[in-house]
Amino acid sequence: MINWFKFSAPSTFYPLAGKLIPVFWLLAAMLGAVGLTIGFFVAPTDAQQGEGYRIIFIHVPASWMSMFIYCVMAFWALMGLTFQTRLSGMMSSALAPTGALFAFLSLWTGALWGKPMWGTWWVWDARLTSELILFFLYLGYMALQAAIDDPRRADRAGAVLSLVGVVNVPIIYFSVKWWNTLHQGASVSLTKSPSMASTMLWGMLIMALAFWAYTIAVALMRARAIMLEREANTEWVKHLPDVKEFA
Amino acid sequence: MQWSSLSDFLAMGGYGFYVWGSFGICALTMIAEPLLVRHRRKMAVRAIQQSQDF
Repeated sequence: MINWFKFSAPSTFYPLAGKLIPVFWLLAAMLGAVGLTIGFFVAPTDAQQGEGYRIIFIHVPASWMSMFIYCVMAFWALMGLTFQTRLSGMMSSALAPTGALFAFLSLWTGALWGKPMWGTWWVWDARLTSELILFFLYLGYMALQAAIDDPRRADRAGAVLSLVGVVNVPIIYFSVKWWNTLHQGASVSLTKSPSMASTMLWGMLIMALAFWAYTIAVALMRARAIMLEREANTEWVKHLPDVKEFA
Repeated sequence: MQWSSLSDFLAMGGYGFYVWGSFGICALTMIAEPLLVRHRRKMAVRAIQQSQDF
């Protein structure tokens, strides 16, 4: 059996992450190229929304990632509070800005989609408001971590916030079912076949995979930076080839 | 493919502003983020090096 706790040591995780980062960048670039090609050149014009619907190819993947990343942060929070591993807090902090970016992109692309289709940039309905709250939860997490000097205490406070805030994720997801809203229903659901052309669906899913690979790549990069910042005085950092060759 | 020319493609059937406004900001932020993170790591490496040579 693989000893997972071995990888939770930053000294082991750092070189491993270094090997994985280029792989995920390559994946993100390839999936992004395929997804954009399908999105702009293969997927047909929408019968109701014309070419304006093409915002879906980033709006839905960005929204999914914003929710998914928060769940992953909550997972790391739980791991951190339970096992007291240093890596957990580092991973959470590494994910937060990327999650905030996707929440922002979800709101931004949603506004640019809402204006021509609904006639308004913004409405205070359940779906939009709960996504805005998610954006603020990310910002709150980052502000909280930045405000506490001791990384261990910052991690613990952040972990509590992400575990409390995670209840918002199902609220976002089911908001279109629970409340009357201007926002359309789920584009993809597990219980019934999708209501859109299959090329549209594929373009969207591939873009979601591209964003997923992007998230892993950029979060691993940030995790490595955080490790160097937090463990600057340890022996393993001092003997790191990266630190030596830059000089 | 439904585009007869480049200008046709850029016009996006009249939704050009909304479509390119979405994709443009998305591309911009997703290029900027890794660059910022790379810079952060470089600064961390430099700080460690400076603390070492005395």
